[in-house]
Amino acid sequence: MADYLPHTDEEVEAMLAFLGLSDVDELFAAVPRALRLAGGLEIAGGEPEPDVLAHMDGLARANSAAELVCFAGGGAYDHEVPPVVRALAGRSEFVTAYTPYQPEVAQGVLQAVFEYQTMVARLAGLPVANASLYDGASALVEAVNLGTAASGRETVWVSSGVHPHWRACLRTFARGSGHRIVEIPLAGGETVWPEGGRPDDGGEAPGVVVAAYPNYLGCLEDLAGVRALSDAHGATMVVAADPVAAGILRSAGEWGADVVVGEGQPFGTALSFGGPYLGLFCCTMANVRRLPGRLVGETVDVDGRRAYVTTLRAREQDIRRERATSNVCTNQTLMAVTAAVQLGWLGTSGLAEIALRCARGTRTLREAALGIDGVTPLTGSTAVLREMALRTAVPARTVVDRMASEGFLAGIALADFTGDDGDGSLDADAAAHGLLVAVTERRTAAEINGYLVALDKAVRP
Amino acid sequence: MTSQADVHAPGGRAQSAPIMGRSAEPTIFELSEPGRRSWQLRTTGVKEWSAEELVPREHRRQRPVQLAEVSERDLVAHVTRLSHRQFSVDLGAYPLGSCTMKYNPKICDAVASLPGLAGVHPAAPAAMTQGWLALLVELEEALCAVTGMHAATFQPAAGAAGELTGLLLVRAYHDAQGEHRRRVIIPDSAHGTNPASVTLGGFEVTTVPSDSRGCVDMAALRAALDRDVAAIMLTNPNTLGLFEEDIEEIATAVHDVGGLLYYDGANLNAILGVVRPGDMGFDIVHLNLHKTFATPHGGGGPGAGPVAVSERLVELLPGPRPVRLGNGAGAYGWEMPSRSIGRVHSWHGNALVLARALAYVRVHGGDGLRRVAERAVLNANWLRVRLSGTYDVAFDRPCMHEVVLAASALKRKHGVRALDVAKRLLEEGFHAPTVYFPLVVEEALMVEPTETESPQTLEALAEAFERIAAQAGEPGGPEAAHAAPRTTPVGRLDEARAARVLVPTFDARPASAGGDGSEQE
Repeated sequence: MADYLPHTDEEVEAMLAFLGLSDVDELFAAVPRALRLAGGLEIAGGEPEPDVLAHMDGLARANSAAELVCFAGGGAYDHEVPPVVRALAGRSEFVTAYTPYQPEVAQGVLQAVFEYQTMVARLAGLPVANASLYDGASALVEAVNLGTAASGRETVWVSSGVHPHWRACLRTFARGSGHRIVEIPLAGGETVWPEGGRPDDGGEAPGVVVAAYPNYLGCLEDLAGVRALSDAHGATMVVAADPVAAGILRSAGEWGADVVVGEGQPFGTALSFGGPYLGLFCCTMANVRRLPGRLVGETVDVDGRRAYVTTLRAREQDIRRERATSNVCTNQTLMAVTAAVQLGWLGTSGLAEIALRCARGTRTLREAALGIDGVTPLTGSTAVLREMALRTAVPARTVVDRMASEGFLAGIALADFTGDDGDGSLDADAAAHGLLVAVTERRTAAEINGYLVALDKAVRP
Repeated sequence: MTSQADVHAPGGRAQSAPIMGRSAEPTIFELSEPGRRSWQLRTTGVKEWSAEELVPREHRRQRPVQLAEVSERDLVAHVTRLSHRQFSVDLGAYPLGSCTMKYNPKICDAVASLPGLAGVHPAAPAAMTQGWLALLVELEEALCAVTGMHAATFQPAAGAAGELTGLLLVRAYHDAQGEHRRRVIIPDSAHGTNPASVTLGGFEVTTVPSDSRGCVDMAALRAALDRDVAAIMLTNPNTLGLFEEDIEEIATAVHDVGGLLYYDGANLNAILGVVRPGDMGFDIVHLNLHKTFATPHGGGGPGAGPVAVSERLVELLPGPRPVRLGNGAGAYGWEMPSRSIGRVHSWHGNALVLARALAYVRVHGGDGLRRVAERAVLNANWLRVRLSGTYDVAFDRPCMHEVVLAASALKRKHGVRALDVAKRLLEEGFHAPTVYFPLVVEEALMVEPTETESPQTLEALAEAFERIAAQAGEPGGPEAAHAAPRTTPVGRLDEARAARVLVPTFDARPASAGGDGSEQE
C-alpha cells in the first residue's frame, strides 16, 4: 500500500468518532446503495514509486523516436532548452499553485505572466497579449470567435497555408459556433485569395480572414495583400505567426494584423509528444474587451505599491457565464511562465540569433538536398526560415521509415497532415511525396551532412 | 497574532511573513542592461549566411524585437524572488473549493522529465512511439474503470475544453438521430464554464434551481424537460459538496425525453472507487486530471480534460485515437473513429500531463484511489462539523469532499464578509477557500481540504477560522479584517484601477504609474 495520505488508522478512527460514525462507508450514505461500486475499481493494486518509475521508464524506452536526430517540425520544434530554464520553470512555487484568485499571495505567477504578456505582445507587434490558451489551434479558434463577434459576420476565409490540424480544429468547433469556414487553396505554396469581393459560391463576404506567416509549408505570404483584402470586406485580419520567425521577420502586427496567434512551444517547452504546449494570443486595444481567457494587468495595492492582478474579469466565464467571450478557465500558465523565462534567457540578441541560425541551417540543407537526384522543391518559395517542403521521388512515408534506421527523424510525411487525398494546400501526389523538413539552431553541420547522406539513399526507388 | 500562530502546523500551514518575499521585485525589463546576455547555443559549424541573403527585404525585420538583456545570474535571482512571492501547495494547505489542491507527488515530475517521453516529436510515426501509445491506452483503460465509461479521448487540454468537446458530441449524437435539439439544462449551482461551453456548443442554457436540500429541484427539472432538451450537465457531488441523491431519477427523466447526461468531473475526487458516473446513468464524462489526479495545476494550467463516453458515442469521439492494434502482436496505433467530430487539439492533448496521471494511478492502484475519496470526504466532514458552530453551513448535512460555509452571520453582526475571512486566512498562512461561489449561497466560503492534509493541519486550519470569527467580534476586529492581509507580499489591490487604467504590458505603463518596482518597503 503506497499513497500520500497522512492519516494513521487511529486518527481515522478518532475523526469518524468525532462525526458519530463507525465506518468509512457511512461517509457515503448519500450515495444510493444500488449505485455503489461493488468489488472495487478494476485497476491493479498500488505500487511503490520505484516500481512505477521503472514501468514508466520502460514505456519511455519504447519510444525510439526520442533517440533520433530531429528534423521534424510542423508546429513542434526541437529548440534549445537550457538547464537554467528547466530549473526555474520547474520551481514548485509555480508548478503547484492554482490560478491566481488571491493576488496578494500570487504575485509571483502574476508578475511572471505580466512579463510574458509584454514579451509576446512585442513579438507580435500588438499592444495586448492574454495569459495563454491551450495551444496554437485553440488560440486560432478563439481568434476566429473574436473576429466573427467583431465583424458581426460568420464567414471565415482561412488560408490553407494554416496548419492542417489547426484548420481541422476550426472545422470541429464550427459545428457548435455555426461559423462558415471557407478554406482558400494554395498554389505553389502560397494562398490564392479569391479575386474581387466574393467567394466563388457567391456566399457572404468574410468577417474574418486568416493567414499564416510563414505558412505551414514554410512560405512567406503576402500579408499586405491580406490586410487589403480584410479592409475591402471590413473583416478582422488574423495571422497565425511563428513566434520564432519574429526574430528575423517583420511582426504580423506591423503588417496590420488585428489578431496574432501562435504556438509558443518553441520557447522553453520540450517536444513532449505534443503537449502541454502554449497558445499565444495577441490583439489590438480595440478588441481587448473581446479577449478570450485571462489578462494580467498592473495596479497598486492599498499602500500604493506596484502589484499585478487578473483584470477585465467581466469577460470571463465565471462572471459572464453563457455570455462570456470564451469558456476557457484553466489555461497553460506554467508554459507561459516557462516562455517568459526562456525569452529572458534569450534576450534581444538571442531571439534574433536563433531565428538567424534556423534560417541558415534550413537554407543550407535545402540547397544541398535539392542537389540530390530524387529530391525536388514542393513549393516555389526559396525564402525559408526553419521549415521547407520537399518532394521525394519515393513516398515520403517511406523516406521517414528508411531514415529512422539511419538515426534521423527525417521530417513529416505531408499525407500524415492532409490525408492521402491532400487538401486545399496540396494535391494527392504532393501529399504522398511531400516531406516537411525543419532545421533548428540545434542542428549541426555534421548532423545536416549525415542527414543528406541518408536522404540520398532513402529517396532511391 | 497569538503565539500559536507563529508555529508551523505539520505540513499544511505556511506562516506567510517569514517565508513569502515581501520586497517588491522589479520587472525583468527594469533589470535589463543593453549588451548583457545569458544565452549560449551549440557550436554548429553551419555556413553563416547573412540575413540579407536569407530573407527578402520587404519581409526582413529592421530592428530586433526588444527583450530584456540580463545575465543568467540575474535571471535566476529575479525568477527565484518571484517564486518567493507565490503561495503553492508545496508551501501550505490550499483549501480552495472546487479546485482539489492536493499534494502533487514528485514522482510525477520525474516521469514528465524522462527523455523518452519529453523528447518525442508528436508527428513521429506510430512504430517509433509505441511507448507513448501504450501509455495512453493504459491510462484510457484506467479512466474508463474509474468512470464506468467505454472509451476516452485525451485531446481536450482542460476541463472547459472537455465540456465543449462533450457538447459537440451531444450535438453530433442528436444530428445522427436527425434531431436538432436546442437546449441544455444546467443547475444554478454550476461552474461558469458550463454555461459558457453550452453557448459555444451552439445550444441555449436552461437553468434549473436547487431545492432546499441543495440538490436539483426535481419538479423544476421535470417542468424543463421536453424533446428540445439535448442534454443536462451535472457535477456530482455538486458544487455545494452534496451528492445528488436523486441521480437515478434524474437520469431516467432525461433519458426518457431522449436527452444525454453530461458529467462534469470537477468533483470526481469525492467518489473515486465509490460510485461511477456510468453507473449513475451518465453518457459523457470529463475528468480534470490536474485536480483528481494531482498532475498538478501549474499556477493556472496546464490541465488535462479527457472525455470518456458510453459505448453508443465512441465512434463520434475526436481523433485520431490511440488504440491497441487487433493483430495480437501487442502493437499500438492511431485510429480515426468512423463518425468523429474531428480534432480538438493541435496534437494528442497535454501528453506529459497524461503521463503524470498514469504514474499517480499506478502508485495508488484501485484501492488507493478509493482511499483518496474516503479521506477527502472524511477531512471535509470533520471541518464541517468542527466549524458548524462558528460559521453558517449552507446546507447542514453530511457533505462529500468539500463544505460550503457562509460568512452571512459575521457580515450581519460585524460587517465582516467572506472576502475578509479569505484575506485573514492568508495572514494565517493558509490559502483562502473559494469565495462567493456557488452563486446560490450568500457570502460563500467553499472549503475543500483534500485528502493529503493531516488531522493536525485541519486542526490548525479550524483554529484559524475560529480565531478569525472571534476577532471579528472584538473591538477593532472588523477594521483589522477589512485591512487584511497585512503579512503577504502585497496588500489588497486596487482592482478597479487595473480595469480602468488598463496596463496589460510593461510598455503600457503610464509615466506616472505608482510603485517603483525597485523600491523596498
